[in-house]
Amino acid sequence: MSENKMKDAAYRSPDERQAEKNSKYTPKSIFLNGVLYENPALRLVLGTCPLLAVTISAKSSLYMGLAVLFVLTASEAIISLLRNVIPNKVRIPAFITIIATFVTIVQMLISAYFPALNDSLGIYIPLIVVNCILLARAETFASKQKVLPSILDGISMGVGFTLALLMMGSIREILGCGTFFDMQLPLFGDVIEPMMFFMLPPGGFFVFGICICIVQAVMKKQEKHASSKSSTPCGVAGDKSDCLSCGGCSLCKGKEE
Amino acid sequence: MKLQVSHSPHVRDKATTQSIMRDVIIALLPATFAGWYYFGIRAVFITLLSISSCILFEYICRKVMKRNNTIGDLSAVVTGLLLAMNLPVSLPPYMVVIGAAFAIVVVKQMFGGLGNNFVNPAIAARIFLVIAFPKAMTSWTVMTGSWFSIKSVDAVSSATPLTQIHTAEAPSLWNLFIGNKAGCIGEVCILALLIGALYLILRHVIRIWIPMAYIGTFFLLVFFFGKTNVLHFTGDLATLSGWGDLFYESGYMLLSGGLMLGAWFMATDYVTSPLTTKGKLIFGMGCGILTFLIRYYGNMIEGVSFSIILMNILTPHIDEWTMGKPFGEVKENAKV
Repeated sequence: MSENKMKDAAYRSPDERQAEKNSKYTPKSIFLNGVLYENPALRLVLGTCPLLAVTISAKSSLYMGLAVLFVLTASEAIISLLRNVIPNKVRIPAFITIIATFVTIVQMLISAYFPALNDSLGIYIPLIVVNCILLARAETFASKQKVLPSILDGISMGVGFTLALLMMGSIREILGCGTFFDMQLPLFGDVIEPMMFFMLPPGGFFVFGICICIVQAVMKKQEKHASSKSSTPCGVAGDKSDCLSCGGCSLCKGKEE
Repeated sequence: MKLQVSHSPHVRDKATTQSIMRDVIIALLPATFAGWYYFGIRAVFITLLSISSCILFEYICRKVMKRNNTIGDLSAVVTGLLLAMNLPVSLPPYMVVIGAAFAIVVVKQMFGGLGNNFVNPAIAARIFLVIAFPKAMTSWTVMTGSWFSIKSVDAVSSATPLTQIHTAEAPSLWNLFIGNKAGCIGEVCILALLIGALYLILRHVIRIWIPMAYIGTFFLLVFFFGKTNVLHFTGDLATLSGWGDLFYESGYMLLSGGLMLGAWFMATDYVTSPLTTKGKLIFGMGCGILTFLIRYYGNMIEGVSFSIILMNILTPHIDEWTMGKPFGEVKENAKV
Protein backbone atom coordinates (compact mmCIF):
# COMPACT_ATOMS: atom_id res chain seq x y z
CA MET A 1 0.00 0.00 0.00
CA SER A 2 1.53 3.31 -1.02
CA GLU A 3 2.13 6.27 1.25
CA ASN A 4 -0.33 8.42 -0.62
CA LYS A 5 -3.14 6.07 -0.01
CA MET A 6 -2.35 5.82 3.68
CA LYS A 7 -2.39 9.59 4.01
CA ASP A 8 -5.84 9.80 2.54
CA ALA A 9 -8.13 10.53 5.43
CA ALA A 10 -10.95 8.18 4.71
CA TYR A 11 -9.27 5.79 2.40
CA ARG A 12 -11.29 2.81 1.35
CA SER A 13 -10.24 0.26 -1.17
CA PRO A 14 -12.44 -0.02 -4.26
CA ASP A 15 -13.69 -3.35 -2.95
CA GLU A 16 -14.76 -1.77 0.29
CA ARG A 17 -16.47 1.07 -1.50
CA GLN A 18 -18.29 -1.44 -3.62
CA ALA A 19 -19.27 -3.42 -0.57
CA GLU A 20 -20.55 -0.28 1.07
CA LYS A 21 -22.75 0.42 -1.91
CA ASN A 22 -23.90 -3.13 -2.23
CA SER A 23 -24.58 -3.75 1.43
CA LYS A 24 -28.27 -4.29 1.69
CA TYR A 25 -29.62 -3.60 5.08
CA THR A 26 -33.15 -3.00 6.10
CA PRO A 27 -34.14 -1.51 9.43
CA LYS A 28 -35.61 -4.88 10.33
CA SER A 29 -32.43 -6.79 9.58
CA ILE A 30 -30.32 -4.36 11.59
CA PHE A 31 -32.68 -4.59 14.52
CA LEU A 32 -32.88 -8.38 14.50
CA ASN A 33 -29.14 -8.53 14.13
CA GLY A 34 -28.58 -6.44 17.23
CA VAL A 35 -31.18 -8.04 19.40
CA LEU A 36 -30.83 -11.65 18.35
CA TYR A 37 -28.38 -12.82 15.71
CA GLU A 38 -25.42 -10.86 17.00
CA ASN A 39 -26.66 -10.10 20.47
CA PRO A 40 -23.53 -8.52 21.96
CA ALA A 41 -23.74 -10.29 25.30
CA LEU A 42 -25.13 -13.70 24.54
CA ARG A 43 -23.94 -14.30 20.97
CA LEU A 44 -20.69 -12.38 20.70
CA VAL A 45 -19.87 -12.65 24.43
CA LEU A 46 -18.75 -9.03 24.63
CA GLY A 47 -19.00 -6.80 27.66
CA THR A 48 -18.78 -9.74 30.02
CA CYS A 49 -17.22 -7.78 32.87
CA PRO A 50 -20.16 -5.44 33.58
CA LEU A 51 -22.51 -8.25 32.63
CA LEU A 52 -21.32 -10.47 35.47
CA ALA A 53 -20.89 -7.65 37.94
CA VAL A 54 -24.11 -5.67 37.72
CA THR A 55 -26.60 -8.48 37.11
CA ILE A 56 -27.06 -9.19 40.80
CA SER A 57 -30.36 -7.33 40.58
CA ALA A 58 -32.81 -6.64 37.79
CA LYS A 59 -32.86 -2.95 38.59
CA SER A 60 -29.14 -2.29 38.28
CA SER A 61 -29.07 -4.49 35.15
CA LEU A 62 -31.75 -2.37 33.53
CA TYR A 63 -30.01 0.92 34.34
CA MET A 64 -26.65 -0.39 33.19
CA GLY A 65 -28.24 -1.53 29.95
CA LEU A 66 -29.87 1.85 29.42
CA ALA A 67 -26.56 3.64 30.04
CA VAL A 68 -24.85 1.44 27.45
CA LEU A 69 -27.78 1.94 25.06
CA PHE A 70 -27.41 5.70 25.26
CA VAL A 71 -23.63 5.76 24.91
CA LEU A 72 -23.74 3.25 22.06
CA THR A 73 -26.35 5.13 20.06
CA ALA A 74 -24.78 8.54 20.56
CA SER A 75 -21.23 7.45 19.86
CA GLU A 76 -22.23 5.45 16.80
CA ALA A 77 -24.04 8.48 15.42
CA ILE A 78 -21.03 10.75 15.93
CA ILE A 79 -18.54 8.22 14.62
CA SER A 80 -20.68 7.65 11.57
CA LEU A 81 -20.87 11.39 10.97
CA LEU A 82 -17.10 11.68 11.22
CA ARG A 83 -16.30 8.49 9.32
CA ASN A 84 -14.93 10.39 6.34
CA VAL A 85 -12.85 12.72 8.51
CA ILE A 86 -11.19 10.38 10.96
CA PRO A 87 -7.82 9.24 9.59
CA ASN A 88 -7.61 5.48 9.28
CA LYS A 89 -4.37 5.25 11.25
CA VAL A 90 -5.69 6.86 14.42
CA ARG A 91 -9.25 5.69 14.22
CA ILE A 92 -9.17 3.62 17.42
CA PRO A 93 -8.04 6.52 19.67
CA ALA A 94 -10.58 8.72 17.93
CA PHE A 95 -13.37 6.23 18.61
CA ILE A 96 -12.32 5.89 22.21
CA THR A 97 -12.30 9.65 22.68
CA ILE A 98 -15.80 9.96 21.28
CA ILE A 99 -17.05 7.08 23.42
CA ALA A 100 -15.37 8.50 26.51
CA THR A 101 -17.08 11.83 25.96
CA PHE A 102 -20.49 10.26 26.13
CA VAL A 103 -19.60 8.03 29.04
CA THR A 104 -18.48 11.12 30.95
CA ILE A 105 -21.77 12.83 30.15
CA VAL A 106 -23.72 9.78 31.35
CA GLN A 107 -21.71 9.49 34.51
CA MET A 108 -22.11 13.18 35.35
CA LEU A 109 -25.86 12.98 34.73
CA ILE A 110 -26.23 9.88 36.85
CA SER A 111 -24.19 11.20 39.75
CA ALA A 112 -26.12 14.47 39.63
CA TYR A 113 -29.63 13.10 39.41
CA PHE A 114 -29.42 9.49 40.66
CA PRO A 115 -26.71 9.36 43.34
CA ALA A 116 -28.01 6.03 44.68
CA LEU A 117 -27.71 4.46 41.26
CA ASN A 118 -24.23 5.87 40.93
CA ASP A 119 -23.26 4.11 44.13
CA SER A 120 -24.70 0.78 43.10
CA LEU A 121 -23.20 0.74 39.61
CA GLY A 122 -19.94 2.24 40.82
CA ILE A 123 -16.92 1.71 38.62
CA TYR A 124 -18.91 -0.04 35.90
CA ILE A 125 -20.24 3.22 34.48
CA PRO A 126 -16.78 4.67 33.67
CA LEU A 127 -15.76 1.21 32.48
CA ILE A 128 -18.25 1.46 29.62
CA VAL A 129 -15.45 3.33 27.81
CA VAL A 130 -13.47 0.16 27.37
CA ASN A 131 -16.49 -2.03 26.78
CA CYS A 132 -15.79 -4.13 23.70
CA ILE A 133 -19.31 -3.73 22.38
CA LEU A 134 -18.85 -0.03 21.72
CA LEU A 135 -15.52 -0.39 19.98
CA ALA A 136 -16.70 -3.39 18.01
CA ARG A 137 -19.76 -1.58 16.69
CA ALA A 138 -17.75 1.56 15.96
CA GLU A 139 -15.18 -0.44 14.03
CA THR A 140 -17.44 -2.81 12.16
CA PHE A 141 -20.53 -0.75 11.64
CA ALA A 142 -20.54 2.96 12.39
CA SER A 143 -17.23 3.71 10.65
CA LYS A 144 -18.56 2.21 7.44
CA GLN A 145 -22.23 3.01 7.35
CA LYS A 146 -24.38 6.08 7.08
CA VAL A 147 -25.72 7.93 10.08
CA LEU A 148 -29.29 6.65 10.29
CA PRO A 149 -28.43 2.98 10.00
CA SER A 150 -25.69 3.55 12.59
CA ILE A 151 -28.14 5.08 15.02
CA LEU A 152 -30.51 2.20 14.45
CA ASP A 153 -27.64 -0.24 14.96
CA GLY A 154 -26.70 1.49 18.20
CA ILE A 155 -30.27 1.30 19.46
CA SER A 156 -30.74 -2.35 18.53
CA MET A 157 -27.38 -3.44 19.93
CA GLY A 158 -28.14 -1.49 23.08
CA VAL A 159 -31.58 -3.07 23.34
CA GLY A 160 -30.03 -6.50 22.81
CA PHE A 161 -27.50 -5.86 25.56
CA THR A 162 -30.17 -4.48 27.88
CA LEU A 163 -32.41 -7.48 27.30
CA ALA A 164 -29.53 -9.86 27.99
CA LEU A 165 -28.65 -7.99 31.18
CA LEU A 166 -32.28 -7.89 32.26
CA MET A 167 -32.71 -11.61 31.62
CA MET A 168 -29.66 -12.48 33.70
CA GLY A 169 -30.44 -9.91 36.36
CA SER A 170 -34.00 -11.19 36.78
CA ILE A 171 -32.93 -14.82 37.07
CA ARG A 172 -30.21 -13.98 39.56
CA GLU A 173 -32.37 -11.68 41.65
CA ILE A 174 -35.35 -14.02 41.76
CA LEU A 175 -33.33 -17.11 42.65
CA GLY A 176 -30.71 -15.40 44.74
CA CYS A 177 -32.78 -12.89 46.64
CA GLY A 178 -36.40 -13.94 46.23
CA THR A 179 -37.26 -10.47 44.91
CA PHE A 180 -37.94 -8.92 41.52
CA PHE A 181 -37.24 -5.20 41.10
CA ASP A 182 -37.03 -5.12 44.90
CA MET A 183 -40.55 -6.59 45.19
CA GLN A 184 -40.81 -9.54 47.51
CA LEU A 185 -42.07 -12.54 45.56
CA PRO A 186 -44.51 -15.04 47.07
CA LEU A 187 -43.23 -18.53 47.83
CA PHE A 188 -39.68 -17.27 48.33
CA GLY A 189 -38.58 -16.48 51.81
CA ASP A 190 -40.97 -18.69 53.74
CA VAL A 191 -41.13 -21.84 51.64
CA ILE A 192 -37.98 -21.62 49.59
CA GLU A 193 -34.86 -20.09 50.98
CA PRO A 194 -33.21 -17.76 48.43
CA MET A 195 -30.05 -19.30 47.06
CA MET A 196 -26.99 -17.25 47.94
CA PHE A 197 -25.18 -19.03 45.11
CA PHE A 198 -26.80 -16.87 42.45
CA MET A 199 -25.67 -13.62 44.04
CA LEU A 200 -22.03 -14.73 44.03
CA PRO A 201 -19.66 -14.66 41.04
CA PRO A 202 -19.95 -18.43 40.37
CA GLY A 203 -23.71 -18.01 40.13
CA GLY A 204 -23.15 -15.19 37.63
CA PHE A 205 -21.04 -17.40 35.41
CA PHE A 206 -23.55 -20.21 35.80
CA VAL A 207 -26.54 -18.11 34.76
CA PHE A 208 -24.47 -16.57 31.95
CA GLY A 209 -23.69 -20.03 30.60
CA ILE A 210 -27.30 -21.14 30.84
CA CYS A 211 -28.51 -17.99 29.04
CA ILE A 212 -25.98 -18.47 26.22
CA CYS A 213 -27.15 -22.06 26.01
CA ILE A 214 -30.81 -21.06 25.70
CA VAL A 215 -30.12 -18.43 23.04
CA GLN A 216 -27.95 -20.88 21.15
CA ALA A 217 -30.76 -23.42 21.19
CA VAL A 218 -33.22 -20.82 19.92
CA MET A 219 -30.81 -19.81 17.17
CA LYS A 220 -30.30 -23.39 16.09
CA LYS A 221 -34.01 -23.82 15.60
CA GLN A 222 -34.16 -20.50 13.78
CA GLU A 223 -31.27 -21.57 11.58
CA LYS A 224 -32.97 -24.80 10.64
CA HIS A 225 -36.06 -22.86 9.83
CA ALA A 226 -34.12 -20.28 7.85
CA SER A 227 -32.01 -22.77 5.91
CA SER A 228 -35.13 -24.05 4.24
CA LYS A 229 -35.88 -20.50 3.12
CA SER A 230 -32.17 -19.80 2.38
CA SER A 231 -32.02 -16.27 3.67
CA THR A 232 -28.80 -14.54 4.64
CA PRO A 233 -28.72 -14.54 8.42
CA CYS A 234 -25.98 -11.95 8.82
CA GLY A 235 -28.02 -9.73 6.57
CA VAL A 236 -26.44 -6.41 7.52
CA ALA A 237 -23.48 -6.41 5.21
CA GLY A 238 -23.56 -8.15 1.93
CA ASP A 239 -19.89 -9.10 1.99
CA LYS A 240 -17.83 -11.42 4.11
CA SER A 241 -15.58 -8.79 5.64
CA ASP A 242 -17.98 -7.92 8.41
CA CYS A 243 -18.47 -11.53 9.29
CA LEU A 244 -14.74 -12.10 9.39
CA SER A 245 -14.21 -9.21 11.73
CA CYS A 246 -16.98 -10.29 14.02
CA GLY A 247 -16.12 -13.95 13.94
CA GLY A 248 -18.38 -14.75 16.83
CA CYS A 249 -21.39 -15.71 14.85
CA SER A 250 -21.73 -19.32 13.92
CA LEU A 251 -24.25 -18.41 11.31
CA CYS A 252 -21.45 -17.10 9.13
CA LYS A 253 -19.86 -20.50 8.78
CA GLY A 254 -22.37 -21.77 6.34
CA LYS A 255 -21.94 -18.70 4.23
CA GLU A 256 -18.18 -18.86 4.00
CA GLU A 257 -18.05 -22.43 2.93
CA MET B 1 -17.06 -48.96 10.22
CA LYS B 2 -16.12 -46.55 12.93
CA LEU B 3 -12.71 -47.07 14.47
CA GLN B 4 -12.34 -45.95 18.02
CA VAL B 5 -9.15 -44.73 19.65
CA SER B 6 -9.08 -45.06 23.40
CA HIS B 7 -6.60 -45.12 26.24
CA SER B 8 -4.58 -48.23 26.91
CA PRO B 9 -4.62 -50.67 28.63
CA HIS B 10 -7.21 -52.52 26.62
CA VAL B 11 -8.26 -55.18 29.04
CA ARG B 12 -10.86 -57.78 28.35
CA ASP B 13 -13.02 -58.14 31.38
CA LYS B 14 -16.52 -59.07 32.30
CA ALA B 15 -16.98 -55.89 34.29
CA THR B 16 -19.62 -53.53 32.98
CA THR B 17 -20.60 -50.07 34.17
CA GLN B 18 -23.57 -51.69 35.80
CA SER B 19 -21.55 -54.29 37.70
CA ILE B 20 -19.05 -51.71 38.91
CA MET B 21 -21.80 -49.38 40.02
CA ARG B 22 -23.52 -52.28 41.77
CA ASP B 23 -20.29 -52.98 43.68
CA VAL B 24 -20.02 -49.32 44.67
CA ILE B 25 -23.60 -49.35 45.93
CA ILE B 26 -22.93 -52.49 47.97
CA ALA B 27 -19.82 -50.89 49.41
CA LEU B 28 -21.72 -47.77 50.37
CA LEU B 29 -24.51 -49.68 52.09
CA PRO B 30 -22.83 -50.32 55.49
CA ALA B 31 -22.13 -46.61 55.95
CA THR B 32 -25.65 -45.74 54.79
CA PHE B 33 -27.19 -48.15 57.28
CA ALA B 34 -24.96 -46.78 60.01
CA GLY B 35 -26.13 -43.27 59.12
CA TRP B 36 -29.74 -44.43 59.25
CA TYR B 37 -29.09 -46.02 62.62
CA TYR B 38 -27.63 -42.82 64.05
CA PHE B 39 -29.95 -40.26 62.47
CA GLY B 40 -33.33 -41.98 62.42
CA ILE B 41 -36.03 -42.40 59.82
CA ARG B 42 -35.53 -38.90 58.44
CA ALA B 43 -32.14 -40.03 57.14
CA VAL B 44 -33.87 -42.91 55.35
CA PHE B 45 -36.28 -40.43 53.79
CA ILE B 46 -33.50 -38.05 52.67
CA THR B 47 -31.53 -40.92 51.14
CA LEU B 48 -34.47 -42.36 49.23
CA LEU B 49 -35.54 -38.91 48.09
CA SER B 50 -32.08 -38.12 46.81
CA ILE B 51 -31.77 -41.43 44.93
CA SER B 52 -35.24 -41.29 43.41
CA SER B 53 -34.90 -37.68 42.29
CA CYS B 54 -31.51 -38.44 40.74
CA ILE B 55 -33.06 -41.31 38.78
CA LEU B 56 -36.01 -39.16 37.77
CA PHE B 57 -33.82 -36.30 36.57
CA GLU B 58 -31.60 -38.71 34.66
CA TYR B 59 -34.65 -40.16 32.95
CA ILE B 60 -36.17 -36.78 32.10
CA CYS B 61 -32.86 -35.38 30.91
CA ARG B 62 -32.10 -38.27 28.59
CA LYS B 63 -35.64 -38.08 27.26
CA VAL B 64 -35.49 -34.36 26.59
CA MET B 65 -32.05 -34.59 25.03
CA LYS B 66 -33.25 -37.49 22.89
CA ARG B 67 -30.52 -39.82 24.09
CA ASN B 68 -30.79 -43.45 25.07
CA ASN B 69 -31.99 -44.29 28.53
CA THR B 70 -29.12 -44.83 30.98
CA ILE B 71 -30.89 -45.49 34.25
CA GLY B 72 -29.91 -49.14 33.92
CA ASP B 73 -26.21 -48.47 34.47
CA LEU B 74 -27.01 -47.48 38.08
CA SER B 75 -24.72 -44.46 37.97
CA ALA B 76 -27.62 -42.18 38.88
CA VAL B 77 -28.29 -44.35 41.93
CA VAL B 78 -24.66 -44.03 43.01
CA THR B 79 -24.78 -40.26 42.54
CA GLY B 80 -28.00 -40.03 44.53
CA LEU B 81 -26.68 -42.22 47.30
CA LEU B 82 -23.37 -40.34 47.52
CA LEU B 83 -25.19 -37.01 47.51
CA ALA B 84 -27.47 -38.10 50.36
CA MET B 85 -24.47 -39.33 52.33
CA ASN B 86 -22.98 -35.86 51.95
CA LEU B 87 -26.01 -34.02 53.33
CA PRO B 88 -26.90 -33.17 56.90
CA VAL B 89 -30.03 -34.99 58.01
CA SER B 90 -31.89 -31.79 58.88
CA LEU B 91 -31.78 -30.46 55.31
CA PRO B 92 -35.23 -29.46 53.94
CA PRO B 93 -36.39 -31.95 51.26
CA TYR B 94 -36.64 -29.40 48.42
CA MET B 95 -32.96 -28.62 48.84
CA VAL B 96 -32.20 -32.30 48.33
CA VAL B 97 -34.16 -32.21 45.08
CA ILE B 98 -32.34 -29.05 43.94
CA GLY B 99 -29.03 -30.74 44.73
CA ALA B 100 -30.01 -33.84 42.77
CA ALA B 101 -31.09 -31.70 39.83
CA PHE B 102 -27.78 -29.86 39.86
CA ALA B 103 -25.79 -33.09 40.04
CA ILE B 104 -27.60 -34.87 37.25
CA VAL B 105 -28.79 -32.14 34.90
CA VAL B 106 -26.01 -29.59 35.11
CA VAL B 107 -22.89 -31.52 36.06
CA LYS B 108 -23.58 -34.84 34.40
CA GLN B 109 -25.97 -34.62 31.48
CA MET B 110 -25.12 -31.15 30.20
CA PHE B 111 -21.55 -32.29 29.72
CA GLY B 112 -22.62 -35.44 27.92
CA GLY B 113 -23.58 -37.97 30.55
CA LEU B 114 -21.56 -40.56 32.42
CA GLY B 115 -17.90 -40.48 31.42
CA ASN B 116 -17.97 -36.89 30.24
CA ASN B 117 -18.54 -35.12 33.53
CA PHE B 118 -15.41 -33.20 34.44
CA VAL B 119 -16.10 -33.24 38.16
CA ASN B 120 -17.83 -35.69 40.43
CA PRO B 121 -21.58 -34.87 40.26
CA ALA B 122 -22.27 -35.64 43.91
CA ILE B 123 -19.44 -33.41 45.14
CA ALA B 124 -20.37 -30.62 42.75
CA ALA B 125 -23.96 -30.77 44.01
CA ARG B 126 -22.78 -30.71 47.60
CA ILE B 127 -20.63 -27.65 46.93
CA PHE B 128 -23.52 -26.00 45.09
CA LEU B 129 -25.74 -26.58 48.12
CA VAL B 130 -23.08 -25.35 50.54
CA ILE B 131 -22.75 -22.10 48.60
CA ALA B 132 -26.48 -21.75 47.93
CA PHE B 133 -27.73 -22.62 51.41
CA PRO B 134 -24.78 -22.09 53.73
CA LYS B 135 -26.87 -22.15 56.87
CA ALA B 136 -28.91 -25.27 56.20
CA MET B 137 -25.88 -27.17 54.96
CA THR B 138 -23.81 -26.53 58.06
CA SER B 139 -26.40 -27.11 60.75
CA TRP B 140 -25.59 -30.42 62.31
CA THR B 141 -27.93 -32.34 64.53
CA VAL B 142 -27.83 -35.35 66.75
CA MET B 143 -30.98 -37.39 67.23
CA THR B 144 -32.77 -36.98 70.53
CA GLY B 145 -36.35 -38.09 69.90
CA SER B 146 -37.52 -41.48 68.82
CA TRP B 147 -35.95 -43.18 65.79
CA PHE B 148 -39.23 -42.97 63.88
CA SER B 149 -39.72 -39.23 64.24
CA ILE B 150 -39.53 -37.57 60.82
CA LYS B 151 -39.43 -34.00 62.10
CA SER B 152 -36.08 -32.32 62.25
CA VAL B 153 -37.05 -30.59 65.47
CA ASP B 154 -36.66 -33.84 67.33
CA ALA B 155 -32.96 -33.29 67.10
CA VAL B 156 -30.69 -30.81 68.76
CA SER B 157 -28.16 -28.87 66.80
CA SER B 158 -24.60 -29.71 67.51
CA ALA B 159 -21.22 -28.66 66.30
CA THR B 160 -19.39 -30.92 63.91
CA PRO B 161 -16.44 -32.63 65.59
CA LEU B 162 -14.12 -30.54 63.44
CA THR B 163 -15.01 -27.43 65.43
CA GLN B 164 -14.94 -29.24 68.74
CA ILE B 165 -11.34 -30.39 68.73
CA HIS B 166 -9.32 -29.15 71.72
CA THR B 167 -12.58 -28.45 73.58
CA ALA B 168 -14.18 -30.34 76.40
CA GLU B 169 -17.06 -31.58 74.19
CA ALA B 170 -14.75 -33.28 71.70
CA PRO B 171 -15.92 -36.86 71.20
CA SER B 172 -13.46 -39.61 71.95
CA LEU B 173 -11.58 -41.24 69.08
CA TRP B 174 -13.63 -44.40 69.57
CA ASN B 175 -16.91 -42.48 69.22
CA LEU B 176 -15.54 -40.82 66.12
CA PHE B 177 -14.62 -44.21 64.73
CA ILE B 178 -17.94 -45.91 65.26
CA GLY B 179 -19.92 -42.85 64.25
CA ASN B 180 -21.46 -41.55 67.44
CA LYS B 181 -21.09 -37.90 66.44
CA ALA B 182 -22.68 -35.09 64.45
CA GLY B 183 -22.14 -34.90 60.72
CA CYS B 184 -23.52 -35.79 57.32
CA ILE B 185 -25.59 -38.94 56.95
CA GLY B 186 -22.93 -41.09 55.36
CA GLU B 187 -19.72 -39.76 56.82
CA VAL B 188 -20.17 -40.50 60.49
CA CYS B 189 -19.40 -44.19 60.79
CA ILE B 190 -15.75 -44.64 59.82
CA LEU B 191 -15.90 -48.36 60.62
CA ALA B 192 -18.68 -48.95 58.10
CA LEU B 193 -16.91 -46.81 55.49
CA LEU B 194 -13.74 -48.85 55.90
CA ILE B 195 -15.67 -52.11 55.53
CA GLY B 196 -17.13 -50.81 52.29
CA ALA B 197 -13.72 -49.62 51.11
CA LEU B 198 -12.21 -53.03 51.86
CA TYR B 199 -14.92 -54.63 49.74
CA LEU B 200 -14.12 -52.34 46.82
CA ILE B 201 -10.38 -53.05 47.11
CA LEU B 202 -10.94 -56.81 47.30
CA ARG B 203 -13.29 -56.72 44.32
CA HIS B 204 -10.63 -54.72 42.41
CA VAL B 205 -13.14 -51.96 41.79
CA ILE B 206 -10.78 -49.30 43.09
CA ARG B 207 -7.01 -49.17 43.53
CA ILE B 208 -5.60 -48.20 46.88
CA TRP B 209 -3.30 -45.47 45.53
CA ILE B 210 -5.58 -42.44 45.72
CA PRO B 211 -6.96 -43.05 49.23
CA MET B 212 -3.51 -44.07 50.47
CA ALA B 213 -1.84 -40.93 49.11
CA TYR B 214 -4.74 -38.75 50.24
CA ILE B 215 -5.00 -40.04 53.79
CA GLY B 216 -1.24 -40.47 54.17
CA THR B 217 -0.41 -36.95 53.03
CA PHE B 218 -3.12 -35.48 55.20
CA PHE B 219 -2.00 -37.50 58.23
CA LEU B 220 1.64 -36.46 57.84
CA LEU B 221 0.75 -32.81 57.36
CA VAL B 222 -1.43 -32.74 60.46
CA PHE B 223 1.15 -34.71 62.43
CA PHE B 224 4.02 -32.36 61.62
CA PHE B 225 2.26 -29.05 61.03
CA GLY B 226 -0.92 -29.44 63.08
CA LYS B 227 -1.64 -27.26 66.06
CA THR B 228 -0.43 -29.71 68.73
CA ASN B 229 2.93 -30.29 67.18
CA VAL B 230 3.58 -26.70 66.23
CA LEU B 231 2.73 -25.61 69.77
CA HIS B 232 4.93 -28.36 71.12
CA PHE B 233 7.98 -27.33 69.16
CA THR B 234 7.63 -23.63 69.81
CA GLY B 235 7.39 -24.42 73.50
CA ASP B 236 3.97 -22.86 73.96
CA LEU B 237 2.43 -26.13 74.97
CA ALA B 238 4.44 -27.07 78.00
CA THR B 239 2.68 -30.22 79.04
CA LEU B 240 2.49 -33.06 76.62
CA SER B 241 1.49 -36.15 78.46
CA GLY B 242 3.27 -38.38 76.00
CA TRP B 243 3.37 -39.64 72.46
CA GLY B 244 -0.38 -40.12 72.56
CA ASP B 245 -0.98 -36.40 72.35
CA LEU B 246 1.02 -36.15 69.16
CA PHE B 247 -1.11 -38.77 67.48
CA TYR B 248 -4.35 -37.52 68.98
CA GLU B 249 -4.80 -34.52 66.72
CA SER B 250 -3.92 -36.31 63.50
CA GLY B 251 -6.12 -39.25 64.45
CA TYR B 252 -8.94 -36.93 65.37
CA MET B 253 -8.65 -35.06 62.08
CA LEU B 254 -8.65 -38.29 60.08
CA LEU B 255 -11.74 -39.63 61.78
CA SER B 256 -13.88 -36.50 61.70
CA GLY B 257 -15.53 -34.75 58.79
CA GLY B 258 -15.97 -36.29 55.37
CA LEU B 259 -12.35 -37.29 54.83
CA MET B 260 -12.86 -41.06 54.80
CA LEU B 261 -15.99 -40.90 52.65
CA GLY B 262 -14.27 -38.54 50.26
CA ALA B 263 -10.97 -40.39 50.07
CA TRP B 264 -12.39 -43.88 49.52
CA PHE B 265 -15.56 -43.27 47.55
CA MET B 266 -15.47 -39.90 45.84
CA ALA B 267 -11.83 -39.22 45.00
CA THR B 268 -11.66 -42.67 43.39
CA ASP B 269 -14.40 -41.96 40.85
CA TYR B 270 -13.13 -43.41 37.55
CA VAL B 271 -14.26 -40.55 35.38
CA THR B 272 -12.62 -37.78 37.33
CA SER B 273 -9.40 -39.31 38.64
CA PRO B 274 -6.12 -39.94 36.77
CA LEU B 275 -5.44 -43.19 34.93
CA THR B 276 -1.83 -43.93 35.83
CA THR B 277 -0.53 -45.01 39.24
CA LYS B 278 1.83 -42.05 39.37
CA GLY B 279 -1.05 -39.78 38.48
CA LYS B 280 -3.23 -41.33 41.17
CA LEU B 281 -0.53 -40.69 43.76
CA ILE B 282 -0.17 -37.05 42.68
CA PHE B 283 -3.96 -36.70 42.72
CA GLY B 284 -4.22 -38.13 46.24
CA MET B 285 -1.36 -36.00 47.55
CA GLY B 286 -2.91 -32.88 46.05
CA CYS B 287 -6.22 -33.69 47.75
CA GLY B 288 -4.43 -34.22 51.07
CA ILE B 289 -2.51 -30.96 50.88
CA LEU B 290 -5.58 -28.97 49.87
CA THR B 291 -7.73 -30.52 52.58
CA PHE B 292 -5.09 -29.69 55.18
CA LEU B 293 -4.77 -26.11 53.95
CA ILE B 294 -8.53 -25.53 53.86
CA ARG B 295 -9.16 -27.10 57.24
CA TYR B 296 -6.31 -25.27 58.98
CA TYR B 297 -5.94 -22.00 57.13
CA GLY B 298 -9.21 -21.54 55.22
CA ASN B 299 -12.32 -19.95 56.61
CA MET B 300 -14.36 -23.09 56.11
CA ILE B 301 -14.40 -25.93 58.57
CA GLU B 302 -14.49 -28.73 56.04
CA GLY B 303 -12.38 -28.86 52.91
CA VAL B 304 -12.72 -32.39 51.56
CA SER B 305 -15.23 -31.66 48.83
CA PHE B 306 -13.43 -28.53 47.65
CA SER B 307 -10.07 -30.23 47.49
CA ILE B 308 -11.46 -33.19 45.55
CA ILE B 309 -13.26 -30.97 43.06
CA LEU B 310 -10.11 -28.88 42.52
CA MET B 311 -8.07 -32.01 41.85
CA ASN B 312 -10.87 -33.30 39.58
CA ILE B 313 -10.37 -30.22 37.46
CA LEU B 314 -6.60 -30.83 37.35
CA THR B 315 -7.04 -34.49 36.38
CA PRO B 316 -6.64 -34.08 32.60
CA HIS B 317 -3.34 -32.25 33.19
CA ILE B 318 -2.11 -34.87 35.64
CA ASP B 319 -2.93 -37.50 33.06
CA GLU B 320 -0.96 -35.59 30.47
CA TRP B 321 2.10 -35.26 32.71
CA THR B 322 2.15 -38.86 33.79
CA MET B 323 1.22 -40.63 30.58
CA GLY B 324 3.60 -43.52 30.04
CA LYS B 325 5.60 -43.61 26.87
CA PRO B 326 5.02 -46.44 24.43
CA PHE B 327 7.51 -49.30 24.72
CA GLY B 328 10.56 -48.80 22.54
CA GLU B 329 10.05 -45.11 21.99
CA VAL B 330 13.24 -43.03 22.14
CA LYS B 331 13.43 -39.53 23.52
CA GLU B 332 13.57 -36.96 20.80
CA ASN B 333 16.93 -35.47 21.70
CA ALA B 334 18.50 -38.57 23.24
CA LYS B 335 22.16 -39.34 22.46
CA VAL B 336 22.48 -42.40 20.29
